[in-house]
Amino acid sequence: MSFLNFAWSWLKSAQQWHGQSGIPIRILEHLYYSGLSLLVAALIAIPLGVLVGHTGRGRFVLVNLANVWRAIPTLGLLILLVVLIGFSTLTWLIPLVVLAIPPILVNAYEGVAGVDPDLKDAALGMGMTQWQVVRKVEVPLASPLIVLGLRTAALFVVATATIAAVISLGGLGRYIIDGLAANNYAEVAGGATVIVVLALAVQVLFIGLRRLIVPAGLRAQAKASR
Amino acid sequence: MSPTRLPLRQGAILALAASAAVTLAACGSSSPSNSNPLSGGSSKGTVVIGSANFPENQLLAQIYSTALQAKGVKVTDKFNIGAREVYYPQVEKGTISIIPEYNGTLLTVEVDKTSTAKTTDDVNAALKANLPSSMEILNSAAAQDSDSVTVTQAFAKAHNLTSIADLKAIDSKVIFGGPPEFPTRSDGLKGLKQNYGLTFKKFEPLDESGPITLAALKDGKVQAADVFTTTPQIITDKLVSLTDPKFNFAAQNVTPLVYKKAMTPTIISTLNAISAKLTTQELLAIDTKVIVDHENYQTVATDWLKSVGLMS
Repeated sequence: MSFLNFAWSWLKSAQQWHGQSGIPIRILEHLYYSGLSLLVAALIAIPLGVLVGHTGRGRFVLVNLANVWRAIPTLGLLILLVVLIGFSTLTWLIPLVVLAIPPILVNAYEGVAGVDPDLKDAALGMGMTQWQVVRKVEVPLASPLIVLGLRTAALFVVATATIAAVISLGGLGRYIIDGLAANNYAEVAGGATVIVVLALAVQVLFIGLRRLIVPAGLRAQAKASR
Repeated sequence: MSPTRLPLRQGAILALAASAAVTLAACGSSSPSNSNPLSGGSSKGTVVIGSANFPENQLLAQIYSTALQAKGVKVTDKFNIGAREVYYPQVEKGTISIIPEYNGTLLTVEVDKTSTAKTTDDVNAALKANLPSSMEILNSAAAQDSDSVTVTQAFAKAHNLTSIADLKAIDSKVIFGGPPEFPTRSDGLKGLKQNYGLTFKKFEPLDESGPITLAALKDGKVQAADVFTTTPQIITDKLVSLTDPKFNFAAQNVTPLVYKKAMTPTIISTLNAISAKLTTQELLAIDTKVIVDHENYQTVATDWLKSVGLMS
């Protein structure tokens, strides 16, 4: 039986769609783990990236740190935290936030650092304060990259939130972990398929978000230059 | 049960195939007429002691090896071989003469997959009846490396627990932790309900007696969990494994699996004397020495043999 047959045989069975361990509840749990992690990561990484991009200070440290940071193994960190701090929200939140920070941080930095210096000079020349330059010029111009960073991070987090199941939490990882343990490969394939679909749906959501956040002028420009 | 889940299988197969080829070639040249180089015949022939690739099994093999050498038996050590699927055929052929085994898993993984024998006696009877004729098992030790229902010492004291049956009085308040497949395993939640009438408040899927299970017990996230009886943290984290008088978990006594033709009365009596002294408590204590304290296997084996009077 192929992977898709496995997945389909499991997905079409009605019992997967009801109750506390049904797919809808698992999707909600999964979105909760992913959403909260992404939010915390964004609150840390966007201001930091914008700050470094604006001032130009600590650029070298930031870019290299973000790259080294990516090497932290998420599952290893999770097990370490279970041993060190036991079972709390932070136990699963920290590894996922750590995972989500680098793409958001680097994109926010690159977006702001890449703003045309002439535009900044013009803004300052018009009498804007530094804060106004950040808020009204740099961040709007960097917004396509900032949203791209969030989108990349969201993909990582949705795919990796499966590890919450390792420490007895819910989410779609439950199907993969339980299925593997019980040699129920239909469940594994079905669960993995739902995660892929969810990750793609989240990508589409961010493409929609881009329309809302990125200024119309920039979008028109992007279209024209294409 | 740890012996069933041994990694590195393919690497081990290659390594073993290579070493077996070298061994056979070497033996072949010295005694071409003898198809079985290990059969010996004299009371002091060379025996090959193997072990699976996890610390406890290697330590047991080291104990066998040290004790036999002290009796003047010529021994070749081939430790850290890999999974049972790799070493079992080698014992059947005689390229390995002795390996420390666990009777329950040996029975259900290699000898009779459909067996439902649970107690030490039943398992050993089934093994004796069904092992291929070139092999036999010697006496089982009391020591077991099996699944168990384990709680913290404090919890056991507070509720007067010594056996799994004692949990009956408080089962509706107990959250149980175990590997994710535990609810569907015949010796899992199903078995605990059948054998002891236990229905727990909740089941938390954790890992196979690993760091997550131990953290959950320590943290109070679960009050009882499936932990292997020779997990060193039972000592270091002050846990206690409840006894299993109804054999919900099949017996996993440490039992030497041997190649018949390589046996001599000296070897048999030495290994049986070791089994007679080895309890789960003793095994747990020496496991802790090599796993947690990183003591040398040889030293731990020698010290233990001296402490029980099997070596001077």
